[in-house]
Amino acid sequence: MDAKTLYENLKPFQESKGYFFNEDKEKVFELLDALLLNMERYGYMACPCRLASEDRDNDKDIICPCVYREPDVAEFGSCYCNLYVSKDWNEKKIPHAYVPERRSPEKSLY
Amino acid sequence: MNNLPVKLYKLSTCSHCKSLKKFLEESKVEFEFIDIDLLEKKERKATMKALRLINPKGTLPTIQIGNQVVVGFKEDEIKEALGK
Repeated sequence: MDAKTLYENLKPFQESKGYFFNEDKEKVFELLDALLLNMERYGYMACPCRLASEDRDNDKDIICPCVYREPDVAEFGSCYCNLYVSKDWNEKKIPHAYVPERRSPEKSLY
Repeated sequence: MNNLPVKLYKLSTCSHCKSLKKFLEESKVEFEFIDIDLLEKKERKATMKALRLINPKGTLPTIQIGNQVVVGFKEDEIKEALGK
């Protein structure tokens, strides 16, 4: 699968749930390419903005879309990676604030 | 601008990391960087241990500028630490 296909597959489904791709398409495709790379590397689409442990069970919370996306988009209008954002974030109706890591450091095996 | 040692801990896949690296390059800052995901397991563990000494959460990107540490691509804080 290439990033364009992944984008086209994900977009309508995620938008129906209220999650939009960042309007910065270059960044989006960079992240989708990274997700595909992680799929090749680890066998699962680990978040490209976090260090994967190479253990699917341990990383199930950071398989994209991660479990932190919902509270992060609710609070900041964006996920940790700025891949998925709210409509208001894309329309710059809310500030593009730094999204702090919500995952517990204990989850990392490193 | 001062000439403090600048070290960037990053992931090769992370967009914030790439943006920060690009920012440093465009700002003509001399720096060294490590792509932690590209390291061998043993080296990765040692590097993460070193990173946690300056950023206990071990999140990326993390940049060390002299004695100052900035977690995440926070341009204003990084510019200030760089004396720019």
